[in-house]
Amino acid sequence: MKRHLLSVDDLTRDDIERILGRAASFAEVSGREIKKVPTLRGRTVINLFYESSTRTSSSFELAAKRLSADLVSIKSSGSAVDKGESLKDTVQTLSAYDPAAIVIRSPHAGAAALVAGWTRASVVNAGDGKHEHPTQALLDLYTLKRRAGSLEGLRVWIVGDVLHSRVARSGILAFSRMGCEVTVCGPPTLIPRGIETLGCEVRTTLDDLGQADVVYALRMQNERMTGSFVPSLREYAAQYQIDGRRLGPNQLLMHPGPVNRGVELAAEVIDSPQALIVEQVESGVVVRMAVLYELLAGRGAPSGVPAEATTEPQPA
Amino acid sequence: MNQVDPITRRPLELDRAAAPPSTVLIRGARLLDPRPGLDATTDLLIRDGLVAELGDDLAAPEGAEVVGAEGLHAFPAFVDPHVHLRTPGREDEEDLDSGTRAAAAGGFCAILAQPNTDPVVDSAPVLRSLRERARAQARIPTGFMAAITVGQRGGQLTEMAELADAGAIGFTDDGLPVRSAGVMRQALQYQRLAGRLLALHEEDPSLSGEGVMHEGPVSALLGLAGIPSVSESTMIARDCDLAAYEGGRIHIQHLSACGSLQIVELAKQAGVQVTCEATPHHLVLTDEAVRTLDTNFKMNPPLRGEADRQALVDALRSGVIDCVATDHAPHAREEKEQPFELAPMGVTGLETAFAALHTELVLPGLLDLGLLVERMTAGGEPFGLAAPRIEVGAPANVCLVDLDAEWEVGEAGYESRSANCAFAGRRLTGRVRMTIAAGGVAYRERTFALGAVA
Repeated sequence: MKRHLLSVDDLTRDDIERILGRAASFAEVSGREIKKVPTLRGRTVINLFYESSTRTSSSFELAAKRLSADLVSIKSSGSAVDKGESLKDTVQTLSAYDPAAIVIRSPHAGAAALVAGWTRASVVNAGDGKHEHPTQALLDLYTLKRRAGSLEGLRVWIVGDVLHSRVARSGILAFSRMGCEVTVCGPPTLIPRGIETLGCEVRTTLDDLGQADVVYALRMQNERMTGSFVPSLREYAAQYQIDGRRLGPNQLLMHPGPVNRGVELAAEVIDSPQALIVEQVESGVVVRMAVLYELLAGRGAPSGVPAEATTEPQPA
Repeated sequence: MNQVDPITRRPLELDRAAAPPSTVLIRGARLLDPRPGLDATTDLLIRDGLVAELGDDLAAPEGAEVVGAEGLHAFPAFVDPHVHLRTPGREDEEDLDSGTRAAAAGGFCAILAQPNTDPVVDSAPVLRSLRERARAQARIPTGFMAAITVGQRGGQLTEMAELADAGAIGFTDDGLPVRSAGVMRQALQYQRLAGRLLALHEEDPSLSGEGVMHEGPVSALLGLAGIPSVSESTMIARDCDLAAYEGGRIHIQHLSACGSLQIVELAKQAGVQVTCEATPHHLVLTDEAVRTLDTNFKMNPPLRGEADRQALVDALRSGVIDCVATDHAPHAREEKEQPFELAPMGVTGLETAFAALHTELVLPGLLDLGLLVERMTAGGEPFGLAAPRIEVGAPANVCLVDLDAEWEVGEAGYESRSANCAFAGRRLTGRVRMTIAAGGVAYRERTFALGAVA
């Protein structure tokens, strides 16, 4: 496996299988009363979050702590970032503490890749703009595999605002890598031109939703309503809301959270047994433990010998 | 160079620092200038800044510098109608000295600077002070464009007649489109008084929106907001129609998309007075390069798809594209060392223009060398500046190029103050060794060994 997790594209099918297997073994730890293993004792993990986040940041924190790593969490407000420090300077400053990993969430595509060029730490992309969110895709795979048994051949429909969704982009790549057939569906104004080249089908109505084994609804952000992406919330819900009539009894339902009840999902499906939404949140911790483990545990014990600093930005 | 406004027939002036006219004997280069039909391997004598003689075994006048140029090519030096010199306001990114040095290093003998500086060149005093500075610092003749609208805000026309009198070579709001069709029409009407070409950055902001790269499969993959090619082509269609209606004269800057070319071609066939330029980066690179999110591939208009690129190359060959322009746009390192969406748009290109096009278009047989020279020397013609020629009696505007020299872009730094070159790190073939601009030696490559002085 590569040194960083920046994109689902960094992972082979074998890498993904191994991470999912590792996550399953950590699930056993999470079932114990003392939910901690000493794997990363003495290593430092830095969470650098430039966007507000509940699920991702707390699950990365818990993951690092359950692996016994020392954890520093930095949020953009109240830090040097607030004082106008550039991303590069912040990363170089934090790298001086010799962290084993930097987990970064940024509103800008490619931020994690840039950070990887400025530090010796392993970098985990916890969401970069509308680009990717690879650990979300991994936890989705993990959750779905636990419920469905096998991923091969599953038909997954990703429904909603694909244009602005990093979850969708990482999901398309990850589901198809594991042998699923992916269809994206949403208002034509919210489907990016050329998305089919990622290996998915494109639909603009839910007419054929019955084909799906898994319905993956995306969060419809309220701020998208103010532009002319969709004429109104009402019309969006009428066309694309997953409700009890549209969701078949044998279909599974997923959502990255937080849900807008009554917009992309009707209350009755959120609370139905078909919904995997709570399991997705649970999986977040063990999958992120597995990712940190894969990136760090094999990489030799922490040493007191400083290696030479890397200051060259990485072109890729 | 014969220099008159194409509309008012009044003279145009470029500015440079005083340089003594050179006397140089270039021995044994292949002299190639398609306009007068020159293609000969022989000697070229430049005496007191003028092309004095072409022929075999010319005698060196006393005091002449003799350049042994066997194996090299001598072309008429290039003209770039689209350069950002960042002066006044961002002299940390480029100044008149470094920018014109970069131009000379790329084989250029004349450039036109864009007015989107801080302050904007939208009044005669700003223009005069720039011209004065150019007369102290510019290594090659430099023309200054002025804005079409005050502050490039798209509202009120600048005092174009006064600016023309003060020496503006043309008008442009480059960096921004003239949003309002009504304002564009008034600028075209006013052109009948003020003269001067209107050079247009074509983009409909309601279509380009927050876009940072070409809209297509790569932007879909990266989750970056796209700039659709129709944001350019629809504005070009509007302005070609307006120019036809008002009988005005327009020049389309940095044209990037296939659909835009079709419109310009139709307009030209219909007799609209429209010319256009394309940049080396749009002729060589595509949006595929943006996959790396390297901010040196971020510019406006963005790198387009492969079909667009091929259409540009065809149009450069056919003449629908009149000239090559670099849109040299220096940016500070810290500004480019940011996530792609935050980094400013623009790349440098003066030092690599010829080498990039030679390597990627001429060597693979897509474009004739002579035609490339013609398109790279034609940049002043739409504005009324005659193309440089290697002809007896003409002012010496010559660049000496080693077409076999391979080099890595940026390996030895840049003459420009900025390093945001779209071709950084690429290996190119073809290197400018020496540039003579308006009769004076403007550039000599450091490693270029000169022949003995006679």
